[in-house]
Amino acid sequence: MSKSNFSRRGVLKTGAIAGAGLALPTYLRADGHSGYTNAPGDSGTVTIGFNVPQTGPYAEEGLDELRAQELAVEHLNGEGDGGMLNTFSEKNLQGDGILGKKVEFVTGDTQTKSDVARASAQSMIQKDGCIMITGGSSSGVAVAVQGLCQEAGVIFMAGLTHSNDTTGKDRKANGFRHFFNGFMSGAALGPVLEGEYGNERQAYHLTADYNWGWTTQESIQAVTEGMGWGTTETVLTPVGAGDFSSYIAPVLNSGADTLILNHYGGDMVNSLTQAVQFGLKDKQVNGKDFKIIVPLYSELMAAGAGANIEGVIGSMNWNWQLQDEGTKAFVKSFGEKYGFPPSGAAHTCYVQTLLYADAVTRAGTFNPCGVAEALEDFEFDGMGNGPTLYRGSDHQCFKDVLVMKGTENPTNQFDTLEIVDQTPRAQVEYPADHPMFGGAEATLGTCNPGA
Amino acid sequence: MDDIILQTLNGLDKGSAYALIALGLTLIFGTLGVVNFAHGALFMIGAFCSVTLQRIFSTSFEMVDETQTDFLGNPLKVETPYVEAWFGPEIGAAMIDWSVPLAIFLAIPVMIIVGFAMERGLIKHFYKRPHADQILVTFGLAIVIGEIIKANFGANPIPTPAPSAFAGAMDFGVMLGFEPNAIIYPIWRFVYFLFSLAIIAAVFAFLQFTTFGMVVRAGMADRETVGLLGIDIDKRFTFMFGLAAAVAGLAGVMYTPILSPNYNIGMDFLVLSFVVVVVGGMGSLPGAVLAGFVLGILQSFASMNEVKSLLPGIDQIIIYLVAIIILLTRPRGLMGRKGVMEE
Repeated sequence: MSKSNFSRRGVLKTGAIAGAGLALPTYLRADGHSGYTNAPGDSGTVTIGFNVPQTGPYAEEGLDELRAQELAVEHLNGEGDGGMLNTFSEKNLQGDGILGKKVEFVTGDTQTKSDVARASAQSMIQKDGCIMITGGSSSGVAVAVQGLCQEAGVIFMAGLTHSNDTTGKDRKANGFRHFFNGFMSGAALGPVLEGEYGNERQAYHLTADYNWGWTTQESIQAVTEGMGWGTTETVLTPVGAGDFSSYIAPVLNSGADTLILNHYGGDMVNSLTQAVQFGLKDKQVNGKDFKIIVPLYSELMAAGAGANIEGVIGSMNWNWQLQDEGTKAFVKSFGEKYGFPPSGAAHTCYVQTLLYADAVTRAGTFNPCGVAEALEDFEFDGMGNGPTLYRGSDHQCFKDVLVMKGTENPTNQFDTLEIVDQTPRAQVEYPADHPMFGGAEATLGTCNPGA
Repeated sequence: MDDIILQTLNGLDKGSAYALIALGLTLIFGTLGVVNFAHGALFMIGAFCSVTLQRIFSTSFEMVDETQTDFLGNPLKVETPYVEAWFGPEIGAAMIDWSVPLAIFLAIPVMIIVGFAMERGLIKHFYKRPHADQILVTFGLAIVIGEIIKANFGANPIPTPAPSAFAGAMDFGVMLGFEPNAIIYPIWRFVYFLFSLAIIAAVFAFLQFTTFGMVVRAGMADRETVGLLGIDIDKRFTFMFGLAAAVAGLAGVMYTPILSPNYNIGMDFLVLSFVVVVVGGMGSLPGAVLAGFVLGILQSFASMNEVKSLLPGIDQIIIYLVAIIILLTRPRGLMGRKGVMEE
């Protein structure tokens, strides 16, 4: 007579453990043969996730990012003219996808909301099997999605995020940023501002009340005070305030002769327009012409601000008017496909997608830890910014920074900004343990392959 | 002192927009009993009438200029507006320059038609439904209209400047006997304030001094009795919906040089205007106007650095704080009528 070893308690216990295991998100389960999240295995394709704002205040930036990302996929798969693949210093990508796998993509709408962006990225990883997430137009969103990708064990190639925090106190081993940051803006703007406006000015800051605004103000303020400028007042303004007149009116009689607008997107368009309406650009204070400064520019914002932007100084990560071969190749590909020049947001997302593909090829694996290792301390050229370093200690790219000025006499609809200075990379570098970037306590942590 | 005057002026132009939107909201509520959360969308449609007219006037034909190149190095296509080709460069340029005020003539018929279509096509089916249903359907409608605008005009704010004659600022302080440059105020904001006063006066005059207005007021007070007199009050109320839509639309048309419109501009104003209606008193037209200006000015003062240093964050909550205080002390709002929303 046979005797069963099953007991009621044993069956229940086993069932509970199996149920809990099945209920786990797929990205937390080990992939038996590969050891990392969403390993493509023998599949002939690999999927990447473009997580960009398609609605909400930064939708135009997001849609431009998406155009560039689709173009990057075309070039990786051997379609089109190849764009920057022809000028990139590394020659590993041959137009046959990544490691011979055709690149496919899914898109998500972040709505520029951290919770929505996380949910969208999570869906891409869990349901669509994305091996990498890229895109975004807000530092709040970038920090949130970067944290999620770290937990999930996939690589996050950040899009437009300019806060020091992204590769500062919130840096992550699985996250990489090609875009520049607030500190670099300050370092690039400082000498130009001193040369143009002298070292005896009084600055009034209006600052968007979230992590990008705070760190940008901190960076710019440190630079301007370092060159002798005083700070009359720093005022936090709500994001999406629309009418900034009640914040601008106090500037008039504050004794300040310079207004620094730490605003981005629609907020910057509105605050700059309203500052001009209040006559600030025509005003004289302390015997000097009143000046307005916008630390972070984009072509889309410049177009929105119209004539108000004329003569206003700011900074950019990249601009389509650069004359290097990489820029020319990208502008040609993008311009012929879409009929207008690409924005800085589009450029950084295009480059990030190619850099990821190249890192996978050099590493010979999609394993995020292998990819991260390939990206760390990687030096490259031919992507529009001159010789560039992806620093290993904080996953921040270091390259030249552009100082821009609103064009005084535009000749066509794209002629909104002109390049005033191309600040060399050495001038915008800083140590990885800089106090504005979380100090010595800030660490990347360890790479998470997800299994 | 000059700061106080400046913030008062600031509050007046902001209050003007609140008052105009709230006036339309309360007009619809007072006549049709509908809580119209799509009213902000009407403000937005008005704003996009300005954008549309500006685009119509700026519609251009292309001529290739072989002497210049575009961003890809191809011969530059120079665009010349049709209005400049048809009416001459000076008149054409003036038409483009004055497109915002000229958009008033486009907005009035457009808004009346949109108002009629909205009321006859959708809202009339919700007259006998609970207010929650009305809020849901009109809010949904506002989202749909916003998305349509976004699909056609994009998501970014579109610059729609005031005519160059009204661009820039005026020295308001000198007029009041202050030192030069003490109170600088944008000319267009002052124009907007005067415009809103004219619209408010016209609406009140229409209701007060015309037979049509008298019947509408009678219907607002006692709809059944007016109906028993053989007057088709529903038709008049439908007209009032169109009128309210036109008021919101005109408020939007003239606001575009102050705030570059995007698809979300209506939502930005809607919630605040709804609070204005509640504070003013549901169904009270003078209450809506009074509350609009009062809350606009209070919001402006709350943004002063001196106030914010004493009460951090007060600029974000002042309107809601005042609303709570007023509703606690005067549950019907500043000028609310007895019996409205009390059954």
